[in-house]
Amino acid sequence: MILTWLIVILLIGGLLALPAGRLGRKWPAVISLAAISADLALVLFLWAGHFIGPTSGSRWLIQYQAKWIPQLGIGFHLGVDGLSLILIILTGFLGLMAVASTWTEIKERTGFFHFNLLWCLAGVVGVFTALDLFLFYLFWELMLVPMYFIISIWGHENRYYASVKFFLFTQMSGLLMLAAILGLYFVHGQNTGHYTFDYTALLGTHFAGAMGRWLFAGFLAAFLVKLPSFFFHTWLPDAHTEAPTAGSIILAGLLLKTGAYGLLRFAVPLFPAAAHTFSTGLMAVGVLGILYGAVLAFAQTDLKRLVAYTSVSHMGFVLLGVFAWNELALQGVVVQIVCHGVSTGALFFLVGALQERLHTRDLDRMGGLWTGIPRFGGTMLFFGLASLGLPGLGNFIGEFLVLYGTYRVSVIMTAFAALGFVVATIYALWMVQRALFGQKRSDEKIIDLSLREIAASAAMVAVIVWLGFYPWPLLHTARQGLTHIRENVQMSQPAGSPATLPPNEVPKL
Amino acid sequence: MGAWIWLIPAAPLAGFLILALAGSRLPKQAAGLVGAGSVGIAAITATWVGFSYAAGSQGPTTYRAWQWLNVAGFTPGISLYLDGLSTVMMLVVTWVGFLIHLYSTEFMLEEEGYSRFFAYMNLFVSSMLILVLSSDLLFLYLGWEGVGLCSYLLIGFWYSDPANGRAARKAFIVTRVGDTAMAIGLFLLFTHLGTTDIQGLMTRAAAQWPTGSTLAVAAAALLLGGALGKSAQLPLQTWLPDAMAGPTPVSALIHAATMVTAGVYLIARTHVLFSLAPVVQYAVAALGALTLLLSGFSAITQWDIKRVLAYSTISQIGYMFLALGVGAWSAAIFHFMTHAFFKALLFLGAGVIIHGLNHEHNMFKMGGLRKQIPLTFWTFLIGASSLAALPLVTAGFYSKDLILVQALTSAQGALWLYLVGLVGALLTSIYSFRMVFITFFGEAKAQINKKPGLAMHIPLVVLAALSVGGGYIDLPAMLSGAHATLPPLPGHVGMATDFFLKAVASAVSFGGVYVAYFFFLRRPALVRSLVGATWGDLLHRYWFSGWGFDWVYNTFLVRPFAAVARLNRKDVIDLVYRAIAWLNRLAYGVLSSTQSGKMRWYAMGIALGAIMTIGIAVFT
Repeated sequence: MILTWLIVILLIGGLLALPAGRLGRKWPAVISLAAISADLALVLFLWAGHFIGPTSGSRWLIQYQAKWIPQLGIGFHLGVDGLSLILIILTGFLGLMAVASTWTEIKERTGFFHFNLLWCLAGVVGVFTALDLFLFYLFWELMLVPMYFIISIWGHENRYYASVKFFLFTQMSGLLMLAAILGLYFVHGQNTGHYTFDYTALLGTHFAGAMGRWLFAGFLAAFLVKLPSFFFHTWLPDAHTEAPTAGSIILAGLLLKTGAYGLLRFAVPLFPAAAHTFSTGLMAVGVLGILYGAVLAFAQTDLKRLVAYTSVSHMGFVLLGVFAWNELALQGVVVQIVCHGVSTGALFFLVGALQERLHTRDLDRMGGLWTGIPRFGGTMLFFGLASLGLPGLGNFIGEFLVLYGTYRVSVIMTAFAALGFVVATIYALWMVQRALFGQKRSDEKIIDLSLREIAASAAMVAVIVWLGFYPWPLLHTARQGLTHIRENVQMSQPAGSPATLPPNEVPKL
Repeated sequence: MGAWIWLIPAAPLAGFLILALAGSRLPKQAAGLVGAGSVGIAAITATWVGFSYAAGSQGPTTYRAWQWLNVAGFTPGISLYLDGLSTVMMLVVTWVGFLIHLYSTEFMLEEEGYSRFFAYMNLFVSSMLILVLSSDLLFLYLGWEGVGLCSYLLIGFWYSDPANGRAARKAFIVTRVGDTAMAIGLFLLFTHLGTTDIQGLMTRAAAQWPTGSTLAVAAAALLLGGALGKSAQLPLQTWLPDAMAGPTPVSALIHAATMVTAGVYLIARTHVLFSLAPVVQYAVAALGALTLLLSGFSAITQWDIKRVLAYSTISQIGYMFLALGVGAWSAAIFHFMTHAFFKALLFLGAGVIIHGLNHEHNMFKMGGLRKQIPLTFWTFLIGASSLAALPLVTAGFYSKDLILVQALTSAQGALWLYLVGLVGALLTSIYSFRMVFITFFGEAKAQINKKPGLAMHIPLVVLAALSVGGGYIDLPAMLSGAHATLPPLPGHVGMATDFFLKAVASAVSFGGVYVAYFFFLRRPALVRSLVGATWGDLLHRYWFSGWGFDWVYNTFLVRPFAAVARLNRKDVIDLVYRAIAWLNRLAYGVLSSTQSGKMRWYAMGIALGAIMTIGIAVFT
């Protein structure tokens, strides 16, 4: 029941925020803050229980099941394992950061804004907990529509174009997934005579011929667009750049992560054979994304667009790691998901703060900012370094584990992906240089980070440093989920390369 | 003793945190006190820990703080390792570091960002100590990247000048190319040897890999990639001369005494691996020899006093690589130590001049400074003599001579390596005394307007003493003695040969001094006419620009990369989707134009449709 509450609190909060806008501009934000805090407290409580309580070895730490439309085999089935738990905590944390960013930025129709914010977050939490594919699809759509409104109403200059592009990309790919879900439903029904959308029942479904591969492709479409992987990424720079700060934080920090989660939870476990067939190609796409995104980030002159392209690069590591599919790589993927969420969220937070002060995102009009606003400068430098994978910060752990895991599958892909470290250094230093260093462009006095902004930044810095030096709690929780996810899927790796590689054997290139 | 070792990296780290969080609110004296004091605490602790280690019978020990990660048997730890090698490294880093911090309290006094400077410097010292003390290869990598970061931050310390930013980025990016190779090397080692502990890796490598096996060669070559970047050796040396854009104490500490020798330390630390890969070890020697020669020539042509010292540093690290390459591991560490003393001394001496002449770097605008700053002159002379390896009284003589002898007599040595080393020694001597003669002798061309105080003088005197006395420490014997850390020196010579080789080396040193005297003090016109000739001018410019490496990299890597990136700024992939959108809009346009409201068109449409339907029905 507690899982249902996680979603319901956000939905109710949204409904309350809607009229609260009439009471005063700040009221909806306060309601958002309260609802998200309540959610975060609940899920942290669950997390603490995970450490204290006996590890039962069961697959779901907690689950809730109710009848919904039994005639069609649709159930209201929610459940969390270690992986979902981590992602829900991330949702709560970034939700708070997003609200913090709206404090001075969102001035109009705040009630409706926070309604959208909370309903989008409810959709995200739903996606991370749903164990019924029909329900999952419902939540998948629930995230999409409020985000469309957030971009198209409160966005920047080119918001209409960006929001429609975002909507079309995600909606089209979502429809392909819906088709695949229905296909899976019928295949399973015909095989067993039991028609159901229940995730646990559908696991291990047997497919004849190419059917498995087609259905896998349907799921893949939705998740690769959302991630986004190379070639499906072009909605992202527009959406990120045009969205208001809170929208960018949620997009980068959470919505992209639903793509990664979908791959881990659904695409690969439901279609292990198909996933195996395509694994090498998808890893190559991941590597391509790492390098392509990084090079494009370097070329940008719009600071926000630059940060958006770094997401393409960092999500390449996720795709690479998911299809390397060994424990090292998957743990790396989880760390990368969390750290990218926090550090990129932080960068968007800072870019938003800067835009409020300078009224521009154009790097050509910045420079020398360190002199006037050193606290801002130091924070931005920190997250720039997180972005380039500096050891001691959490992002390094994620990327290192992914590459280390990939090394055991393919040396050549690891080598190319590792080049991403060099290109990331180039764009991160270039960003810092153009914004913070060099000659000051104007003598206009700008104000350094406020107390609210410092508090939010400090929280994000703390998470990144914590995960850089002591990621055990995260890894431990993730392991609980990943073990079960990996259990039934033997992504049997190319000969002579898994962890059992004998010490003298040269791995396959 | 045990846990105290943690205080050594922790004290400067605490200093960094204090300065980073509260630095701007502290008065300058307090910031300087925190900055220099924290390194002082580290130095005193290091001395105590080092002496207890040397006096104790415990032998090399690992100190583990906590498990960093634990994933699928991958269990790197936050842990330190104390043995002879790490003791030498930490003592040099902390004490030279402390002296340079002390010097900086005065040198940087009038600069903006005083506390920021000390914050970066403290973070550097802490990272460097993690690098040299770590027992875990991944934790070492953390220190390795940490020093790279601090180097970047300090080269670009004066950030309003975009040129400094460019130099800083170049340093970070070039070294990161090497670091990426190193990271792949780590994947290889961790995968095949199943541990991250450096000692464990070495034991297992020796047990599992035969000499010359593919994996051993690949692992050594990849680690070498990291070492070449960090230690500015061919072909990744180009960043170091530009790194002189940073404040002079930074050049002394990071780009001369400590960080740039990290590659030497890494190879010495993993020497077992390099012994298993003779090809790579030979490459180490060859690259070292080549580097020391090329940068020696470049040093002779520079007019910027700091760039002379920068090329000299590249060249001296070349000697260390040469030593490593012939298996004389402890000779390399010995030269690292003496080089740290005399090169830090030379930089700090140059700093006095630059400080006193309002950031003037051009030696040809100095001249005759001997009488104005006598103490700086004498200490600088000692430093230059040690660099030129003047026999018997200087530390540089002992360490460099040892390398030359080993290059000739070690089983892995070769005559050509020895001869290159000898030519390099001649060049070293020439450029060292060229610098002394041009700067301190001749007619006075400038007036020092800021005389150094006590905080700048003390480090000069102490380092001068070490540049003389450091040579009498028999470091190689200590490192291969009790609790042996490194194997003994490979080459052996009889008394007579040794004497002969020393005599040759001495003659070369003095010869260099004479050449410098003749060309730059006695007959400077001769140099001008040499450089005036067409071929002389060409050669001069070629050497001056560092043998054109920058040009090659700019033309074939940097500019094409930037051009391609800029060209694709709008993202060519998006064109695909734009094309789809365009097609849709086109189809919409075509179809909506049929919605014209004209009855005749509609009637014709209906008629055509009917005919087609009937046609299909009839003919199929």
